Amino acid sequence: MAVMNPVTQIRNNPAGILGSGGAVLFVLFIGIPVIALLIRAAQQSNFLDAVTGDTALTALRLSLFTSVISMAVVVLLGTPFAYLLARSDRLWVRVVDSLVELPLVLPPVVAGVAMLMAFGRNGLIGSGLESIGLHISFTTTAVVFAQIFVASPFFVRSAKLGFQSVAKDYEDVAQTLGVSPLRTFFRITLPLAAPAMFTGLGVAWARALSEFGATMMFAGNLTGETQTMPLAIMSAMETSLDGALALSVMLLAGSVLLLALLGLLTHPRWQGR
Amino acid sequence: MPIPNMPTLPVPPLKQTKVFFLPLLVLIVSCGGGGESLRVFAASSLRGAFTEVAKVFEAENPGVAVKLDFGGSQRMRSQIEFGARGDIFASADSVHMDALVAADLVSGTPVDFASNSLVVLAMSQGRVNAIADLAEPGVKVVLANSNVPVGAYTRKVLENLSQDPTYGLGRSFKDDVLANLASGEPNVNSAFQKVVLGVVDAGIVYETETLLALEAGTRNIHFIPIPTAANVKANYPIAVLAEAAEPELADSFVEFVLSDRGRTLLRRHGFRSP
Repeated sequence: MAVMNPVTQIRNNPAGILGSGGAVLFVLFIGIPVIALLIRAAQQSNFLDAVTGDTALTALRLSLFTSVISMAVVVLLGTPFAYLLARSDRLWVRVVDSLVELPLVLPPVVAGVAMLMAFGRNGLIGSGLESIGLHISFTTTAVVFAQIFVASPFFVRSAKLGFQSVAKDYEDVAQTLGVSPLRTFFRITLPLAAPAMFTGLGVAWARALSEFGATMMFAGNLTGETQTMPLAIMSAMETSLDGALALSVMLLAGSVLLLALLGLLTHPRWQGR
Repeated sequence: MPIPNMPTLPVPPLKQTKVFFLPLLVLIVSCGGGGESLRVFAASSLRGAFTEVAKVFEAENPGVAVKLDFGGSQRMRSQIEFGARGDIFASADSVHMDALVAADLVSGTPVDFASNSLVVLAMSQGRVNAIADLAEPGVKVVLANSNVPVGAYTRKVLENLSQDPTYGLGRSFKDDVLANLASGEPNVNSAFQKVVLGVVDAGIVYETETLLALEAGTRNIHFIPIPTAANVKANYPIAVLAEAAEPELADSFVEFVLSDRGRTLLRRHGFRSP
């Protein structure tokens, strides 16, 4: 086989050489910091103490607790909403559809300030709520609010695409065969859209767990109440690098686990194909 | 007639969801509770001292849990202003305490309970070995922002050092140091950590940090004293918050901080009398 000169090679197959070069750089760029984090964490002697320490466990429990609640809300309210977005062509639905993605482009800090203006002590709605004894800002509720705000679009968008991929014909056929619309939704549409919904849920969950900016602004950094894992890492960074490293490794492990779970859930075998 | 291309339906995924959630829920439903608790918002520099004060207070008041939140006094103040609920605020300066008093968010009158002063913190075997080195071109200096108490005190000290010719630093000393600013930090702890991690050459922090560094066994740094005449006396006020959930308990915590035993604990962490 003749050896091609590199320029010809690139011209013939740009994905070949350039692609591999890009891949190597990309993997190094992402991989080196991750490996550096693991090496530094492994070097410290009191790694286990930091991982099982009070701060870490309290923050972990709070992160799990709040993110499970926000994901439950997002799935329960987001699913019918996404179905509406997928099936309706009305103008107002199209307008809402484009607004749903605002939190994706809005800096989380801005989301936090905005929520403070709405639900804070002197906020638009907050002042009324305060007067009847409902406190939202700087409570665990605020953490959940922040997570729903920033993470819900990931689920809604993905679920909408999932519903759109289910041909309307299936639903029509089921209904001509006498199956009620609700039963059709649960027996046909939902199962077929499920893989997309799981992907959306996974990404939304990851986003909720990593939420920092909006939480910091709207919920503060109170241990046991609003100090989630990312905030605990920031606080630990101010006192000891060891603690921050240990918490970071915990979140890294969680992220890898979530990634693996996502891969598993969206695997063709699970999609019933 | 069979429907063409009708896919076989998978197991309804809702069941999978339940299995997925279960271990998480089990993990979560282990939240403790019961007993009285006290939430204290305190300046970052009080971290070491108040952690010990709280421990002793808890030991003497069985069933009471003291939750401590540390941060720059300016951040603690804004959290309280925007609705964070706590029982006590201990600030590193009167500016932020007075703001809360003016907003009727403090009950009673704040009392000064300790004082602190500043010191230069530098990498050992680094470029900063004397105060004058802070102004050397190219030296990286970390300071707290000017809205942070320690940042405001720092700027005052730099001003004092520039104004008095006996130090021989020159009129432009303050500006030269500020020109070397590599990062403005939100509290004294993060300024301290930037130097310890070797990200910058030097910083200006509270004197009490020297003891914290000793305790932590940090070896790669050294401290350069600031002449007393140019230094500041940073007074720390403490007060019970207007919305305290446990006002009596909060009062007794403040009393404990102000008591001889409280002062002894604070002194052990390098604080002086107000």
